[in-house]
Amino acid sequence: MTSSIAEKRDITSKNKNKKRSQWAEVWRRLRKNKMAMVGLGILIILIVSALSAPLIADYEDVVIKQDLINKLEEPSLEHIFGKDEFGRDIFARIIWGARVSLVVGIVAVGISVISGGTLGAVAGYYGGKLDTVIMRIMDIFLAIPSILLAIAIVSALGPSIINLMIAIGISYVPTYARIVRASVLSIREQEFIEAAKAIGASDFRIILRHIIPNALAPVIVQGTLGVAGAILSTAGLSFIGLGIQPPAPEWGAMLSTSRAYLRYAWHVTTFPGVAIMITILALNLLGDGLRDALDPRLKQ
Amino acid sequence: MSKKELLNIENLAINYITDDGTVKAVNGIDIKLDKGETLGLVGETGAGKTTTALGIMRLVPNPPGKIIEGKIEFEGRDLLEVEEEEMRMIRGNKISMIFQDPMTSLNPVMTVGEQISEVIEIHQDLNRQDAMKKAEEMLELVGISKTRSNNYPHQFSGGMKQRVIIAISLACNPQLLIADEPTTALDVTIQAQVLDLMNDLKEEFHTAMILITHDLGVVSEVCDKVAIMYAGEIIESATLKQLFENPKHPYTLGLFGSIPNLEEESHRLKPIKGLMPDPTNLPTGCKFHPRCPYGTDLCSKQHPKAIEIEEGHRVKCLIYEGLVDAEVKK
Repeated sequence: MTSSIAEKRDITSKNKNKKRSQWAEVWRRLRKNKMAMVGLGILIILIVSALSAPLIADYEDVVIKQDLINKLEEPSLEHIFGKDEFGRDIFARIIWGARVSLVVGIVAVGISVISGGTLGAVAGYYGGKLDTVIMRIMDIFLAIPSILLAIAIVSALGPSIINLMIAIGISYVPTYARIVRASVLSIREQEFIEAAKAIGASDFRIILRHIIPNALAPVIVQGTLGVAGAILSTAGLSFIGLGIQPPAPEWGAMLSTSRAYLRYAWHVTTFPGVAIMITILALNLLGDGLRDALDPRLKQ
Repeated sequence: MSKKELLNIENLAINYITDDGTVKAVNGIDIKLDKGETLGLVGETGAGKTTTALGIMRLVPNPPGKIIEGKIEFEGRDLLEVEEEEMRMIRGNKISMIFQDPMTSLNPVMTVGEQISEVIEIHQDLNRQDAMKKAEEMLELVGISKTRSNNYPHQFSGGMKQRVIIAISLACNPQLLIADEPTTALDVTIQAQVLDLMNDLKEEFHTAMILITHDLGVVSEVCDKVAIMYAGEIIESATLKQLFENPKHPYTLGLFGSIPNLEEESHRLKPIKGLMPDPTNLPTGCKFHPRCPYGTDLCSKQHPKAIEIEEGHRVKCLIYEGLVDAEVKK
């Protein structure tokens, strides 16, 4: 084991192709972090089962077909998570729901990280009037509760999965803009940024190659937490009929519609909730590990 | 303009304009530098040395910094009139700068190889592989094995980091190197190594250098010319030999006086009395007069002109204008 690591290190240090060696290095460090690997394992299982959902359960027959006689059936060997209020198999709905929830969560966070991060980096780096204008607009966004903002955007654009992702993405932009701006403000005062200016680097290069990699850590942590928030927001929007339209399965919608039966059918709320929790836990473990692996200073 | 002349700074003034008042960091300095020559810019903390250097690079943080007047002629062109985009192609390529603290002037998340190749990529038409190869050559040149180009700055000691920074600054073979206290953050043995290295490379590449320091010992080892700065003015400039053998300005004499002498037994250092004046509220007349042992009423009223007392030796002091009667002694 140790010799193979040493070998790997030797190979990476000889590797002239710098991009590959850098990611190989990150991967090598990530692999050492057991918790991160657990998180990655869970995510891979979730993604694989979401992708193979049609093989596990038929959409028309199992996922959306109602069977009211057997509604709220307790978990059994045949239906391991039991049945919901319309007699649909909860396990199958969770597997199919993963397709929606994971994609919406990750894409929505992707939208907000990229646009919020860019705005925050620009505001923090240039400062002055540009900073004031961008951040005051962000403040206006922040003043509106994010769920209300998302409702407004979805109702303007019309309910569809893409509009849902855009709406949730936009509603979280100010958070990332603030986080990135704050770390950029502290980084841009450091001497290596001045040194980068002194070698004639353009602003674009300084932001992209010097500032963003140094500002990444808090964004990764916030981003993995944000996926959880996005899944829950999707649930909220689905609940009021602006998100995923029934009968399509979605974790948050399953959770919110089933809460009426909480007192006499525990399994109906528990399993979607556990699915959300496990996903978020896995993302957090991975995000934590990724943050450490991306920081070369922690490398041993 | 002579063919050898590289840099000609005339009457450069830089202020930092803040709400609490205007900080007059640099007040009308003149510097001339020929190709391949080394100038030592000496002064206390806050004398405006670093601001001068940033001024030449046009990197004075604006706001609050502002270049008020003067010109910086480099290879016959006034840098203050050059477009920003063009200035960017000069930085790191024709003029490069070494910063004070090697611990913080390298990006912690990039390998040293990447950081050296970055400057090569910016200024030379090379692809990544070739730039990396050249970076490795530079690394060898400053005495670090090229197998370490994949290492990160935190894996290097302070002296090695400063070598990496020297490699970055010389990678594009600049005409002028500005070294802002390159050895201040290093311990004495490493200081000597780094200075030797800089000296050797300067000879090899025929680079002119402005060495900013407050250490007269370093100046005597490296420089051809010296300029002494006080409160944003150059109060004495001379060749190394002239200055060390025949210092004229009372402040320069004070600086020499404050260095402990090996031959005499002394229990206390002889500092120059008083402190650097507050740059938002500089004294009238000669800026040094409140601390000057020869100061008179006239010194507080009249601003001294630069007097050339011998070829290449200029002093700003009323004594040498013949207006104040005093016998200046070491």
